[in-house]
Amino acid sequence: MPRMTIRTPPGRTLTPVAPRRTETDPLVLQPGTIAPGRARPAAPLRREGPAKLTGEAKYADDLVFPGAWYGATIRSTDAHARFDGIDLDPALDWSAIAVVTAADIPGENIVSLVSDDQPVLVPVGGEIQHQAEPLVLLAAADRETLRHARRGVTIRSTPLSPVFDPRLSDHVFAHFDIASGDLERGFAEADLVIEGEYRVGHQEQLYIENNAMIAVPREDGGVAVHGSLQCPYYIHKALKRALRLTDEQARVVQAETGGGFGGKEEYPSIIALHAALLARKTGKPVRMIYDRHEDLSATTKRHPAIVSHRTGVKADGTLVAQEIDVVMDGGAYCTLTPVVLSRGAIHAGGPYRCPNVRIRARATRTNTPPNGAFRGFGAPQVEFAAEVQIGRIADALGMSPLDIRRRNLYRVGDETPTGQVLRESVAAEEVLERAAEAAEFEGVRTRTERARARRAGSGSVPGSPLRTGADRTASGIGLALAWHGAGFTGSGEVKLASVASVELGADGRIRVLTASTEMGQGTKTIFPQLVAAELGVAVDDVDIAPQDTALVPDSGPTVASRTAMVVGGLLIKAARRLREVVEERNGGRPFADVHRADAAAHGPTRIDQQFEPYPHVHFDDETYRGDAYPAFGWAACVVSVSVDLDSGEVTVRDVVAADDVGRVIHPVLAEGQVEGGTLQAIGYATIEEIKLRDGRYLNDRLATYIIPTSLDAPRITTLLVEAPFSGAPHGAKGVGELPMDVGAPAVVAAIRDATGVWIHELPASPERILAALGVTAEPPGQAPAADTVRAALDEPIEAGTDPRPDAPTDPQPMRGPRDPGEPS
Amino acid sequence: MGEWRFAVNGEAVEVEAPGMRRLLDILREDLGLTGTKEGCGEGECGACTVLVDGAPVDSCLVPVCQVEGARIATVEGLATTSSEGPVLDRLQEAFLEMGGAQCGICTPGMLMAARSYLDSGGGPDEVAIREAIAGNLCRCTGYTKIVEAIAVAAGGPG
Repeated sequence: MPRMTIRTPPGRTLTPVAPRRTETDPLVLQPGTIAPGRARPAAPLRREGPAKLTGEAKYADDLVFPGAWYGATIRSTDAHARFDGIDLDPALDWSAIAVVTAADIPGENIVSLVSDDQPVLVPVGGEIQHQAEPLVLLAAADRETLRHARRGVTIRSTPLSPVFDPRLSDHVFAHFDIASGDLERGFAEADLVIEGEYRVGHQEQLYIENNAMIAVPREDGGVAVHGSLQCPYYIHKALKRALRLTDEQARVVQAETGGGFGGKEEYPSIIALHAALLARKTGKPVRMIYDRHEDLSATTKRHPAIVSHRTGVKADGTLVAQEIDVVMDGGAYCTLTPVVLSRGAIHAGGPYRCPNVRIRARATRTNTPPNGAFRGFGAPQVEFAAEVQIGRIADALGMSPLDIRRRNLYRVGDETPTGQVLRESVAAEEVLERAAEAAEFEGVRTRTERARARRAGSGSVPGSPLRTGADRTASGIGLALAWHGAGFTGSGEVKLASVASVELGADGRIRVLTASTEMGQGTKTIFPQLVAAELGVAVDDVDIAPQDTALVPDSGPTVASRTAMVVGGLLIKAARRLREVVEERNGGRPFADVHRADAAAHGPTRIDQQFEPYPHVHFDDETYRGDAYPAFGWAACVVSVSVDLDSGEVTVRDVVAADDVGRVIHPVLAEGQVEGGTLQAIGYATIEEIKLRDGRYLNDRLATYIIPTSLDAPRITTLLVEAPFSGAPHGAKGVGELPMDVGAPAVVAAIRDATGVWIHELPASPERILAALGVTAEPPGQAPAADTVRAALDEPIEAGTDPRPDAPTDPQPMRGPRDPGEPS
Repeated sequence: MGEWRFAVNGEAVEVEAPGMRRLLDILREDLGLTGTKEGCGEGECGACTVLVDGAPVDSCLVPVCQVEGARIATVEGLATTSSEGPVLDRLQEAFLEMGGAQCGICTPGMLMAARSYLDSGGGPDEVAIREAIAGNLCRCTGYTKIVEAIAVAAGGPG
């Protein structure tokens, strides 16, 4: 253990590092320049907006298929058990009811994804791995018959011993070990070492439209499914394998989709399989429409995680060593867990330069419903931990949260723990300074700090040092910074080899063909925008083909904020080639002038554009070295809160979010992504929590799993920053996930500023805040929620002396790791 | 079974249904008005909001026997029709321009709650607007652009 050897008090500089601003044509932005939100020429209105606003848009449950039956899923109620058999109530007339078990699956009994571990239905004699596991499917011509049938099924099972603590599970889905520099030497150089353990729980995507899928038998023995989904070709592949179908026999059509956020990335595959099996059995269309209760209790959630940090830092705030351990709870099946964990591991250090790093990450199996994709995909968990850790380091050194980030944030030329040199498109400083300036961070923080110091000695309520007779609430301001790798991790995009197409139809209209789905984020609006701009035609001249696997190529899943960057880039290249072909055929005259005549003369022209690796981007999946992402997006967030010192309730009042998205394609849509992602992050930070008992979610209804309402939502000011990525023809890096990474730690930092306590576990619920304040005991069964921080922050630390009267004599570790045997 | 008479978007309708059948199902399944959405079925999300005699209600919690003789307004009644297709009302137009609809599933209910607010004389005040739509959950927008759109429709500055 190194000694604390801080000699000079770290001064607090209030002079910001002025961001570089260049005065140029606003349409030709230089890297690092600011694009004021609405400075662009008017962007087109949302393409499918009128249909959504008039009620014309058809979501899955709005689709009518005459003669359709209703399907239902009988699930386990055991977290872990052997499936011994099914009894059907002999008093019921089963001739009007379709019953499907694993024995009815014509192909492989697996839900195709990363690993082949999840069955479509557990076979009799097989092992039940979680309490919502599908065992039997039923269908009937009407809901009433189906209701009776559900009650007539009894599941026989023999309980087995479940595992709920991911640290105790010996079934490892994935593990990663990332190392750079010399960790030992780093800690030897450190003036201060700080440890911390941070925890986050499940979070539900809570799209307002529940999962829904309708399967329609085809005359060729195949099946067409229509549903709410993000990734048509994931489902296509799953249907082909489990139902033994050809490419043509399996058809997947996206209905209008009422939100996804990752929750409709992989789970729709199993629903489609269930509906398709019932359709095959009955010969009828079968509607498998989840209600909210089923959706909440059975579908995937954000992975819970336990993240431990040990950080070595110099007296001036420079990071010299980071040792990070990440454990994620994968739930009962692998789903996308290795990919989520991979992103989590790579982002675990936060957006900070550190020469000596060791990150160990593992994800294990527990007997809870599988966890999966949710906006941010492993990054929000680890970046919450990294940001609270850096905030606590700043406290320990008496530095401002802004200065410690200024000192360590990534700049062009820095190297990440995987050995990736950040050559361009690095806007950490830009977003930080913009957000801090717009929110007047340092000025407000000086005032809140003074208020806290003034009140600290005058507390009039026992056990609540800040509560005075006059002031029941305390205000605070908090800051966080994050990075988010743009697009797929590692060589994912190269392996996918996506195709996107642009077609000039015989009627002279232009058509975009991709499998990228619209779920509110704006795909159907920005794709025509990008293609129209490249071709020099009006946006309204460009149509978009339906997301139907019978019509569109596999342009990959609609995930990882890759749609604008990757698929948008393919479309621009396809449009460029189409323009060249048509202009060459027409004596070099502009495409816009000749395309209709060209179509009449030559018939349709279609260009298929396949993904080509970005130049100079290399990643080695075996060693985990290299360019983990082609580029990173950067986000900063400043949050103002007030905390009710009696009830522990947090009100998030104002948020300033600065997000670097590479290039803004559509300001209104991009702001919408930032605002929506920010509020999801605030929900994650304050109120969203899943309680479990024996592997079952206790709050599996919308009355008990709560998300922010309009009254809970703060005013959100969005600053869009543009540091373009040269590998994409339009410079865009994606926007969807970025704001999700940064909101929660900013809220927790603001709570710290208001109250003096750090909350180590999300959500920062009233119970955890009151316990941390010492007003109440720790909530039963919870991790110690927080540690208190010195009240007198302005005082420098000197070796061996700490101004806190109650300070531990050995300040490190500030908080020891928990007993690994203790259940969570 | 009973026979129920009421008006939907200005047109008289007569349906035969059990009295406890949800108004939501009557609208969506019996009348084919699928613009009204179901999000939770227990009155938490507001996606099924319609107006009954001008007041916003969660149609998943209202049995049809309670709307006998009532005037019901759904999202389908907001726009007017012309020879060139639907003409959006000021509120819908504001949602379209300001970015108040993303995935669109909360939008019909949100529009009806906002319509009721505007019809009862609500103005562009942000706090009042947030109060008026507090029963309607949106997971996409963070509410910022919805509040702005309603404020614009209420005559506030764009």
